[in-house]
Amino acid sequence: MTRIFLIGLRAALFWFLAAFAVQAQSPIQDLLQENRAAVEKASRKTIDDVIGALLASGLPETREVLARWREKELWQRDEDGLFFFAEAVDGNTYRLIDIATGEAVGEYDKKLVSQLKPNSGVRSVIATALVRFQLTDPDPAKRAEGLTAIERGPEASHLEALRASIEGENDSGLLARKQRLERLLTIAYDDDSALRVAAIESFSTDLGVDARAALNPLLATTRKAAPALPEGVNIANVLKPGSSALPRSEAYALLVAADLAPPLVTAAQKKEALIANIADGTVAGMPIHTLGTAEARARAYAALADQGLAPPDVTEDGIDAALGAHVFFDQYNEPDAAITAAAEEALSSVSTRVGVNQALDLALDGLSLASIYFLAAIGLAITFGVMGVINMAHGEFIMMGAYTGYVVQQFVPNYTASIIVALPLAFAVTFAAGVAMERLVIRWLYNRPLETLLATFGISIALQQLAKNIFGTQARPLTSPGWLDGALVLNDVVSISYIRIAIFVLGIIFLFLLLFVLNKTRLGLEMRAVTQNPRMAASMGINPDRVNMLTFGLGSGIAGIAGVAIGLYAKVTSELGSDYIVQSFMTVVVGGVGNIWGTLLGAALIGFLQKGIEWMNPSNTLAAQTYMIIFIIIFIQFRPKGIIALKGRAAGD
Amino acid sequence: MMKKILSAAVLTAVFAGAAQAEIKVGILHSLSGTMAISETTLKDTMLMLIEQQNAKGGLLGEEIVPVVVDPASDWPLFAEKTRELISNEGVDVIFGCWTSSSRKAILPVLEELNGLLFYPVQYEGEESSKNVFYTGAAPNQQAIPATDYFLEELGVEKFALLGTDYVYPRTTNKILEAYLKDKGIAAEDIFVNYTPFGHSDWSKIVADVVALGADGKKVGVISTINGDANIGFYKELAAAGISADDIPVVAFSVGEEELSGLDTSNLVGHLAAWNYFQSADAPVNEEFVAAWKARMGEDRVTNDPMEAHVIGFDMWVQAVEKAGTADVDAVREAMYGLQVPNLTGGTATMLPNHHLTKPVLIGEIQADGQFDIISQTEEVPGDAWTDYLPESAVLEADWPGLGCGMYNTETETCVQIKSNY
Amino acid sequence: MERSFFARNPSALIFILLLAAFTLGVTLLSEGFGMDVVSTSMVKTLGKTLCLCLVAVAMDLVWGYCGILSLGHFAFFGLGGYMIGMWLMYERTKAIVISATAGGPLPATPEEIREGIGVQIFGVVGGSEIPPIWYFADSLTIQLALVVLVPGLLALIFGWLAFRSRVAGVYLSILTQAMTLALSLYLFQNDSGLRGNNGLSGLQNLPGAENVPQTLISIYFLWASALALGLGYLLAAWVAGGKFGSVIRGIRDDEARVRFLGYHVEGYKLFVFTLTAVIAAIAGALYYPQAGIINPAEIAPIASIYLAVWVAIGGRGRLYGAVIGAALVSLVSTWFTGGQAPDIPLGFYTVQWVDWWLILLGLSFVLVTLFAPKGIGGLFDLIAGRGSPERHGADLGPDPGALREKEAEE
Repeated sequence: MTRIFLIGLRAALFWFLAAFAVQAQSPIQDLLQENRAAVEKASRKTIDDVIGALLASGLPETREVLARWREKELWQRDEDGLFFFAEAVDGNTYRLIDIATGEAVGEYDKKLVSQLKPNSGVRSVIATALVRFQLTDPDPAKRAEGLTAIERGPEASHLEALRASIEGENDSGLLARKQRLERLLTIAYDDDSALRVAAIESFSTDLGVDARAALNPLLATTRKAAPALPEGVNIANVLKPGSSALPRSEAYALLVAADLAPPLVTAAQKKEALIANIADGTVAGMPIHTLGTAEARARAYAALADQGLAPPDVTEDGIDAALGAHVFFDQYNEPDAAITAAAEEALSSVSTRVGVNQALDLALDGLSLASIYFLAAIGLAITFGVMGVINMAHGEFIMMGAYTGYVVQQFVPNYTASIIVALPLAFAVTFAAGVAMERLVIRWLYNRPLETLLATFGISIALQQLAKNIFGTQARPLTSPGWLDGALVLNDVVSISYIRIAIFVLGIIFLFLLLFVLNKTRLGLEMRAVTQNPRMAASMGINPDRVNMLTFGLGSGIAGIAGVAIGLYAKVTSELGSDYIVQSFMTVVVGGVGNIWGTLLGAALIGFLQKGIEWMNPSNTLAAQTYMIIFIIIFIQFRPKGIIALKGRAAGD
Repeated sequence: MMKKILSAAVLTAVFAGAAQAEIKVGILHSLSGTMAISETTLKDTMLMLIEQQNAKGGLLGEEIVPVVVDPASDWPLFAEKTRELISNEGVDVIFGCWTSSSRKAILPVLEELNGLLFYPVQYEGEESSKNVFYTGAAPNQQAIPATDYFLEELGVEKFALLGTDYVYPRTTNKILEAYLKDKGIAAEDIFVNYTPFGHSDWSKIVADVVALGADGKKVGVISTINGDANIGFYKELAAAGISADDIPVVAFSVGEEELSGLDTSNLVGHLAAWNYFQSADAPVNEEFVAAWKARMGEDRVTNDPMEAHVIGFDMWVQAVEKAGTADVDAVREAMYGLQVPNLTGGTATMLPNHHLTKPVLIGEIQADGQFDIISQTEEVPGDAWTDYLPESAVLEADWPGLGCGMYNTETETCVQIKSNY
Repeated sequence: MERSFFARNPSALIFILLLAAFTLGVTLLSEGFGMDVVSTSMVKTLGKTLCLCLVAVAMDLVWGYCGILSLGHFAFFGLGGYMIGMWLMYERTKAIVISATAGGPLPATPEEIREGIGVQIFGVVGGSEIPPIWYFADSLTIQLALVVLVPGLLALIFGWLAFRSRVAGVYLSILTQAMTLALSLYLFQNDSGLRGNNGLSGLQNLPGAENVPQTLISIYFLWASALALGLGYLLAAWVAGGKFGSVIRGIRDDEARVRFLGYHVEGYKLFVFTLTAVIAAIAGALYYPQAGIINPAEIAPIASIYLAVWVAIGGRGRLYGAVIGAALVSLVSTWFTGGQAPDIPLGFYTVQWVDWWLILLGLSFVLVTLFAPKGIGGLFDLIAGRGSPERHGADLGPDPGALREKEAEE
């Protein structure tokens, strides 16, 4: 008993002390404590009051508090709930700093303080509130931050502040942004119709998503039904029921929703009515067991309706009559016809441009995909295309290259340096693997392409499993250097990531490198000689064994480099290679065996085709791949030797 | 005796039934194929838990023997391996599966042979099998709260539902679509896209999502992308410079494990909804994380399905002790109402519908690949049949009370005892 | 007088006898017939293995005898499974829906039952409409006919296109691989109406046989599979023997020469390709009710490559070799991936077979291809004392599919 009393006393004392402590705090702390619950459990819906109170107080710390709060730098001391700024001393200790005075009040263990973690919704509300401080801030970075906040969460009040800040802006980049934002806000919030129309017209050539985001809401419509067209509203268009824009059922549903026609009786409602009227095993005189068909049920329901036991069904004639007696139209939510007309015009001119740019973007995507396929297939173009060896383990060489990149990054922490090391190393590793495979397996099977296929398939599954045993099944990170992050943005529609550009460049480099090696070097000459006629080549003093080995090594080594590139843009797993193997073979076959240009064309064809089909069926990327393969199968019917067919003796038959 | 000799002689000792002395736990997780990235960790978790339990003296005085098989991300193989585990190996319980497709594949086998499965992954609901305990989240414990968060806290008005093409994303998105329409989101403001497992070329889809913003509504992405396809998706997202402040992405299948495969510095602020994060602040979690790192290496991470296995295994051990046997029917009876501590500082209770009570956590991705927990609720009871689809709203699962996993409360009949697959 | 079929093919007789003995043995030892030595799961595995043997026989006919390395025969196998799976799934669901609606106050209308089936089957993939390709799903006869017709037609069209334009050798292999990849990608799509990635499941529950335990059903399927394998083997042996067989072996070894002799090579090839596709489809239709589930991953190109590997390991160009290869590799594979194989502790490292089995398998392909082109079937030649012809290292013919000196029989 005494124990409970003591605990109670202690609690009371604590409360008293705590209350006292609160009393003695600075005004900003008091204000925060008043709204303590809302600050602790901040939500976008409740935060406005707190921020309003802080702004209304006019306290000098307000801006700092809001900014730090947004950065998750506002902390709370658990013992009394007071708010502080904090900085980490080490992993487990934090130094608390008084909000008002900026002085350190002591170091606390992590367990004794809690960080306030406003979610990103709250953070954006805070950012919107901070705008007023930032637009005229001497620091351009802060001004830019304010503009970003407006872009993300525009408010009517921003318009005035923004207009006022334009005058004194001396940074030309920021000035342009401000002026653009000012026009966007004008469209949304200004009262002057002429100003708005002018602003709308100024965006008629603008590709920005934000411009369209400002224009589209102006054209939002509501679909309505009425006995006659109302006067004085801004009507977008009048619809005819039964047309594709307004099917009969939808039109009738509109009438029902507007209480202009009786609702249809659904099948479920009919069933319910039938069940409700079961009496002595019959419904409306019909025995239950005969009601197992839709027609019988319809008859029974009609009988019920005749007896007044259920609401009568609406007949087709009834629907037609109701539809005929009413008009249907889309009404703009924006009452001013001048605005909607201007917006309509601006948008239609924008949408043409957007269409062109989307096509351009799609072309870039296709180009990028083509270069990835090309890079994956170019090694194969040598081993399969030039030597005629089916190497099913080609994909695993790509994987080995990617893992080489990963291992290098474990030892070389600088990403740029690690990529520079990884590329030649990946070449070396897979070159060695290719040479080993050629010496041990492929050399014995040169005239047996189908057997080579099986043997290399065996190697492929063994290598894949080996990679799993060594590196585990988790995907491994292969991180591109910072200068390859991000994307080349031409406008809001057309953009392409730098890593894809790099892959494209790499593909081009290899194209020319290989063309050079094959056509201009002694090795290339020997390669072509050995492939076309090994005996003749041997009698000319060429060592076919050596040439084959080097050729195969070269093809494999390039696969390794492709692996690093693919790993950078996608994932590094043991299954990386098998994702590309069938596509790679098809690239080579479609392009035409034995010709690097053919492989290039094959990759381009497949890449663009796949993106093209994807564009026609955007919600289903699998369909694109399926139809692409079917296309290839059919294509090969008509050009069995690929796009570029070798002629004469080099063709082999 | 004769039988034994025959079996050994005729069919080689290979396939012979094993002795029944010890308690056997089957571990059915893909160690190869596209799901291995996620599932291998769960196999290691189970091995660790079993080792820990054996160090404590085993169970009912017996040693627990794990039987690890590799269904190789291949659904038919899942069914085959389940049959082998139950009838050849005679395992008492199976901990396994990740994708719903694999679970659906083994359901008929489990129900036919009366096996017991602990399924550790968040899933789409619409199911309650007598032979499965669902230790992951049902939609009302993950998808719905996360969508609420998007609606309420972030003010998202237009949704892109991106998913891998199989049961879980399809059904979850169906529920979410119904839910969003309930909340007043128009059908044209919901963009749905499905990609195959292991998809890697995301540029077009990411561009499509960006273009959704053209009508002035705030866009949010709800991702049910599964497995290693996530890596390409997030890399493309980062490359396109999509900030979480502009287009937030909340993922239901991306945890610490998936993030360890990529550099997250460009993804800070994107979200995931789970019932557990490694960063959860609880002593029992610190212990678990420390044991895991000590076993698997300092750079390894823990994640939500691992916690589900921890809870599931603890519960199973308790149920076996309570029942005094590892027999499936006795254990099932003993499971109901059991409570074990979860790793986020609360308690998990086994409900009559074979689901758990779980807290809902929402975390923001940080630069170190961990999640910053920004929202945590009380424990929510898992709902097998969602309230947001009209045909499911009338259904209820209650095994001890009604003996039925699909009970229609309107007609007061048990729709079916066995599950759909 | 012509010698009888079995006199010309002694191996066929031996094979049929062994198969019968095996089936009888398993039946007697099975759970369903009392002895309970072979578990039901094992019976199913054996039954499935027989189906795989059958598709391997088909593969051997098309590759080993006709020289067409098709990397797409699992597409036909899978299609056969899908066709029968549609009926199994539809009818079983129909039974469930009828029993579920039986308690209602009104008898269900056919529309309601159809809707109920749609929700049950397609609910998991977010739909409820029954797609048009399920139009015949409630008729066992039609679906059984489709088991043969759909894959047969696909093979006919594909083969006609491919052989017509003289696509041969590796190109044909890659093309067949593309075909099976396209088919599996198509089926992976939800829009294809076959439940996409999830495939058709619960196929082991036969409609109308709810009260027959799986212990018996598994035995019935074993018998059916054994019968199919026996008949398939005899058919293949009959086709491969006689004059027709000589022609297709001629095509394998030197296509051009056979063409110049006046044979319509494309016709022969197309016939063999289509016939084996039909055999594969029948094997698939028997396999998947035992497996219980089919999904598009079954049709992925790798499955067909494995098929070729089985035949290679068993020894191509001899039917029993294909059977041995398929049975051995698939059973050993089941054993190793099932966790039953004992670990090998090496002191510093423990070899766990779940991790190392694929490496062993992969390397054994390489070794067989390099050193034992006759495969396991070659062992029988050792016993029978048959040697290879002496051709000074040259293969039997110039074509890529021609037998090698080492694998040919004298």
